[in-house]
Amino acid sequence: MPRPKAAVAVLTVLTVLGALVAAGCTTDKPTATTSSAAPAASDQASGTGDQASGTGAQSKFFVQADFDAQLAMRSQTPEGPANKPWEQAIAPKMIDTARYKKDGPYHLCFSNAAVNNPWRQVGWKTMQAEVGLHEEIEKFTALDAEGKDDKQISDIAELQAKGCDALIVSPNTTATLTPAVKAACGKVPVIVFDRGVETDCPVTFIKPIGGYAFGADAAEFLAEKVPAGGKVLALRILPGVDVLETRWSAAKVVFDRSRLQVVGVEFTDGDAAKTKSIVSDYLQRHGTIDGVWMDAGATAVAAIEAFEDAGLPVPPINGEDQQDFLQKWKDTGLTAVAPTYPTYQWRTPVIAALKILKGEEVPEMWNLPQPKVTSENLPAYLKPNMPPLHYALCGCEDLPGFPENWGGKRS
Amino acid sequence: MDLLTRARRPARRSYGGLASHLRDPARVVFLALFGLVAAGWALVAFDGGQFLTLESVVGIQQRSAALGIVAIGQTLAILAGSLDLSVAYLISLTSLVAAEIMAGQDRNAGPAIAAVLAISALVGLVNGLVITRLQVHAFIATLGVGLIIKGVVDHLYDGPAGKVPESFQLLGYSRVGPIPVSAMLWAGVAVVAWFLLSRTRLGYRIYAVGGNEEVARLSGIRTSRVIVITHVLCSFCAGIAGLLLAARLGAGAPTVGTDGGYELESIAAVVLGGTALAGGRGGVAGTVGGVLLLAVLDTLFNQLEVNSFAKDVVRGAVIVIAVAVYARRGTRRVA
Amino acid sequence: MKRALPILAVLVVLLAAIAIANPFFLEPAGFLAFLKRAAPLVILAAGQYFVVVSGEFDLSVGSLVTAEVVIAARLIDGDESATWPVLALLIVAGLLVGLVNGVLTTKLRVPSFIVTLGMLLVLSGAVFLWTGGAPRGALSEGFRTFGRGGLGTLPWSVPILLVAGAAAIWLMRADFGRTLKATGDNERAAALSGVRVDRVKIFAFMLSGLSAAVAAILLGGFAGVSAQVGQGLEFSAITAVVLGGVVLGGGRGSVLAAMAGAVTLEALFTLLNLYGVSGALESTVQGVIIIAAVAAGAIRLPRKPTPRRGDAHAAS
Repeated sequence: MPRPKAAVAVLTVLTVLGALVAAGCTTDKPTATTSSAAPAASDQASGTGDQASGTGAQSKFFVQADFDAQLAMRSQTPEGPANKPWEQAIAPKMIDTARYKKDGPYHLCFSNAAVNNPWRQVGWKTMQAEVGLHEEIEKFTALDAEGKDDKQISDIAELQAKGCDALIVSPNTTATLTPAVKAACGKVPVIVFDRGVETDCPVTFIKPIGGYAFGADAAEFLAEKVPAGGKVLALRILPGVDVLETRWSAAKVVFDRSRLQVVGVEFTDGDAAKTKSIVSDYLQRHGTIDGVWMDAGATAVAAIEAFEDAGLPVPPINGEDQQDFLQKWKDTGLTAVAPTYPTYQWRTPVIAALKILKGEEVPEMWNLPQPKVTSENLPAYLKPNMPPLHYALCGCEDLPGFPENWGGKRS
Repeated sequence: MDLLTRARRPARRSYGGLASHLRDPARVVFLALFGLVAAGWALVAFDGGQFLTLESVVGIQQRSAALGIVAIGQTLAILAGSLDLSVAYLISLTSLVAAEIMAGQDRNAGPAIAAVLAISALVGLVNGLVITRLQVHAFIATLGVGLIIKGVVDHLYDGPAGKVPESFQLLGYSRVGPIPVSAMLWAGVAVVAWFLLSRTRLGYRIYAVGGNEEVARLSGIRTSRVIVITHVLCSFCAGIAGLLLAARLGAGAPTVGTDGGYELESIAAVVLGGTALAGGRGGVAGTVGGVLLLAVLDTLFNQLEVNSFAKDVVRGAVIVIAVAVYARRGTRRVA
Repeated sequence: MKRALPILAVLVVLLAAIAIANPFFLEPAGFLAFLKRAAPLVILAAGQYFVVVSGEFDLSVGSLVTAEVVIAARLIDGDESATWPVLALLIVAGLLVGLVNGVLTTKLRVPSFIVTLGMLLVLSGAVFLWTGGAPRGALSEGFRTFGRGGLGTLPWSVPILLVAGAAAIWLMRADFGRTLKATGDNERAAALSGVRVDRVKIFAFMLSGLSAAVAAILLGGFAGVSAQVGQGLEFSAITAVVLGGVVLGGGRGSVLAAMAGAVTLEALFTLLNLYGVSGALESTVQGVIIIAAVAAGAIRLPRKPTPRRGDAHAAS
């Protein structure tokens, strides 16, 4: 047991600290503003959990209105230059940015959630190349939060001290980064892309159409190609990630309406070996599988190989715009589709930042087109000699340093 | 060397001359820290920037507070010859418990803190009892308990949950001049731990048990009890870190602990601070230095925009080299 | 063999439970598929066993597996003729990493926990620094055969596993095994009785590195290039070894039991999957089981009057 005198000493230290706090307290936290965006999980989640289709209960992340909006956006024609999808916007509501106008040269700052997967790698290289195109960007400061929310909060605070003219943020998680982004909004124009935040204080939020469109694109393809009553296996990476939950919940809606039978919904952790094992197990148990739905394409080739190794024909399947999948598709003539979450969206924030600093209008909600790769347009998207985990919709073919900087080879 | 001097060496020893100063790992790590700050200042200045701005100083502290608090707890466990791999999962759990109970209401802060501390104590108790009563190696015991917590958290939560009221978020954001409240909390925890280790009988026993459990037992120390207590204290620290992170994030997050890699990073910080992984040697001051060293390194990487893969290489090398240096000094002293 | 009995009993029960839920498991093809899946972890567990029984840890095997696969993809780059040279290089790289781990642990007296933790960081950083963040290149068909192909219904993984297992058992029966155990049991006594402790430990680390290289060849072959192929394997391997009744801290346990532990772990996952336990709760079950297994072992076998916890991770 501590001796009393000593305990007093400790107490004193704490009291002194307490007094200091009381004496001159400053806070870097913004004052409360009610968050305006709809919470991710809402009561609107429709309870159409059609158990018979084998898809289970609907995700609590499902928001009917967003689902309807995204599905409608797929058929709308985006505005903007036809050959530059990263500058296009679907049904934009333009806002005035005159109050941010200032003379160059500019210092742009970027708080990046992480570069810990191939999708973010391709995007990050694309963004750096985009920055290189603009002479008016004098300096580009980027901090990588390495997938840690807490580090990204500190990073955003640190960047505000560097004299940035505009701050680009790719949040690691939606809810937890909101306070930090709110704090930054007061000091500098903020551009958010990929994941959103629960505040509308950023000047613009850039994203492709979204996860519902991705999931529905793939599920609709299967509903069309797989005969009625066919067995579909759904492979997901992990539960609870907002951008992935939306993909599955949209697919669920489509499957519930279809005559397909979803025989399993499994989590792969994005691990190729685990994916292959799961598919092999299902082939053992069910004899055949008539369609495979995936919420991300990284392990699509592993799933295909499970069929090949079992000596079975590969059924209709969806992947993503990853090089290894597209190559396999071309080489073996799959019945496939590849919805995308295009990496060219990493170009847009830089373009948006410059527009804002020049006082030009930008869309408040910048919805980028989200094309899907089909058998018809596959040859146009498949570039030879790119690394296996490259994403074809990088919009980087015209950038300096292509293909070497993206790991490809000139042939 | 008899038990007494061995146990007390870290905290109480009169040093004479520079040479013997350099033998204490805690001093070495602070010297390295100053060296790194100087080198960083020069490098960044060469790069055309300013290394120690108000924001970067605040950033260093904000960045190290949570890890620092966990590492203090880890120091206690390691000094007693144990270690705790469950802290990362416990941090996630307690951040969720705190945010869920607070539910955005100021008046719930008290119950939330109490609940977090109670849960932490329970987890620490389980860790300690599994190690001492079931005689399971600390590595497996705490890894197992961590996995159990992970499973429960993953099963119940699939994203950030709960809401921390604005008033409690001040814990994560407020500062007095250049010193954030979170850093004061860290300092407070460190002072308490330092006091515990150097001025109380429990501290003496922790060193004794970590130094040589058998000898400690023979000299009448109830070694099991000491180990259980250090694990409870270690979990307390993880719980406090969970509260702090909840305040930073404004919500609880099921992956905040593992994303931060707090289990391995806290162990790395402790050994970087000169505490022997085998237990019995080292102390809190070194750990504080170790955490700051990692944070300054991080800030330097940030300033120079080093890519994250190069960071890992440097971090890995720094940890191994530091421990190798301490090991050499240890050898020389024995010889 | 005696020491391996409890884990073998548990394994038989688990395998029976799997067979009840999935009769296909009893057919040769079904069982071989299971073995093929288990092979990389079993081989890793054998490698980890050598290190653990000598009183050390090897936390670097997971990132070594990832690094090996990424290196193979970049160097082979789809070129069949590069297959064999690269395979040889991978083996050498595995041995080399083990050598470095061993030398740092023994000669610089850094605890192996720290050395291999540092190696984990350095390897995962360095390999992606080299490839620019994501894997590039491609594996050749020849390379993939080892993990993917087979002789009729017999996957290549299974004979590779058998050879590796037999070699591990033979090594432990040879002089090396005896000195390795003596070193882990009491390093000083072993040194006094003439064992070259450092050399024995370094060799154990090299065996662990070698096993990681072989596991990488099988895993890369099975499922292709991936940036996270080795994720978490270090903890799985240690768990498997411990499940087999091998004592952390060294000196006790058999390599056969360690490998049986790995098969048991794999069987457990298969079973949980078959009975539809939620993916999240899987880790809870795993946590309970490893604690229970080790606790049962410690209580049943109180051969030593005092637990050796204190110096278990000392290892310096």
